[in-house]
Amino acid sequence: MQASIRLERDPAVQYLLRIGDTCLILGQRLAEWCGHAPILEEDIALTNMALDLVGQARALLTHAGRIEGQGHDEDQLAFLRDERNYFNVTMVELPRGDFAFTVLRNAMVATLLKLLWERLADSNDAELAAIAGKAVKEARYHQQHAADWVVRLGDGTAESRRRTEGALKQLWLYTAEWFESDPIDEQARASGLGPRWAELREPWQAEMAAILDDATLAMPADCAFRSTGRSGLHSEHMGYILTTMQHLQRSFPGGVW
Amino acid sequence: MSAALCDDGIVTEQAGRLQAAWDVLDTVLDPEVPALSVRDLGIVRDVLPDGAGLEIVLTPTYSGCPATEVIERDVLAAIEHASLGPAKVTLRRAPAWTTDWISAEGKRKLFEYGIAPPGPVLAGGVVPIRFARRRQAGERLACPQCGSLQTERLSAFGSTACKSLYRCMACKEPFEHFKPI
Repeated sequence: MQASIRLERDPAVQYLLRIGDTCLILGQRLAEWCGHAPILEEDIALTNMALDLVGQARALLTHAGRIEGQGHDEDQLAFLRDERNYFNVTMVELPRGDFAFTVLRNAMVATLLKLLWERLADSNDAELAAIAGKAVKEARYHQQHAADWVVRLGDGTAESRRRTEGALKQLWLYTAEWFESDPIDEQARASGLGPRWAELREPWQAEMAAILDDATLAMPADCAFRSTGRSGLHSEHMGYILTTMQHLQRSFPGGVW
Repeated sequence: MSAALCDDGIVTEQAGRLQAAWDVLDTVLDPEVPALSVRDLGIVRDVLPDGAGLEIVLTPTYSGCPATEVIERDVLAAIEHASLGPAKVTLRRAPAWTTDWISAEGKRKLFEYGIAPPGPVLAGGVVPIRFARRRQAGERLACPQCGSLQTERLSAFGSTACKSLYRCMACKEPFEHFKPI
């Protein structure tokens, strides 16, 4: 059994891992659809998006490891961190649910990431800006595809609408966390690394409003609940997904193929 | 005088070696779209002298493209095989790769290979959000088998990260499209 690594608590590293871990965990969740999507085209779409997300995560984890300066590479960061050293938003670790839940979550997260990548393309960290310049193109395509499905399902049959409304109600609870400011965000803004996520709230809501409007769905009201994945405190689902994802490297340390 | 000659000699030799490397890169094929060389694809951004060896600068296509590592290996092997080595590959992420970098020759090869080539990327990369509307006349692709414009998209994603899937209603054949990004 391979022991866990410990992260240096550095605000820039945590800022990068919030994004990198969000990509990685959503990529892992989407990969669960491989062979299970309702139609072949969507099976291919979900796994293609997973591939983009894991690719983005690899670049960010590698970069975070370099900044951390403890010699941790992308694999060590992905496979040897404990739950509380993961900083993805809670929404992406929720079980994959049905197809409505999956495409709605993809639309919400892709919209967030697209807005984030657009801002990060101007980061004063040249490597991060370069990663963002590539990723923003992929996120746009993901957003387009997922939003397309939200419209079809929301403005679809009674059953597809019922499911999409249910997913919206559940997922909306997990969006408030994204736009809470904290010292990590403040520091990133002050240093020019990237924006406070709170600055993305307004454009995110405007784009989601356009999507939901086309889908004839009402945007839910704000709520008091705050998930805390970005601070490393996760839902009960996180341990399970890490167990699946990390099993091989934990049981066979350093294994390669 | 002789020193100047000697320098010229080195410069000429170096230029020759760089040109030879570019020629070798013309023969290294993209493993997922073997109709195209890595040069046609526009991912070779530079070939630089690196001491006695060469540095090949590549820009990856998609963040998660699994072919990137294979291409790195193939490039190194080809340079070494041509006795131009030792070579190293460095990845340059910025500016991000765009399908606009695929050469005209590359686009022609794609079409002949049966893959509809990408059109130009819209300025600023702006992609209007439009939902569930598929058949817009201006966006119709020519079928690479029969040339008909009676085509439609079947799937936004395809067999590799860079492609989507279409079909032709005239000749009834499916075909792939290299997505413009």
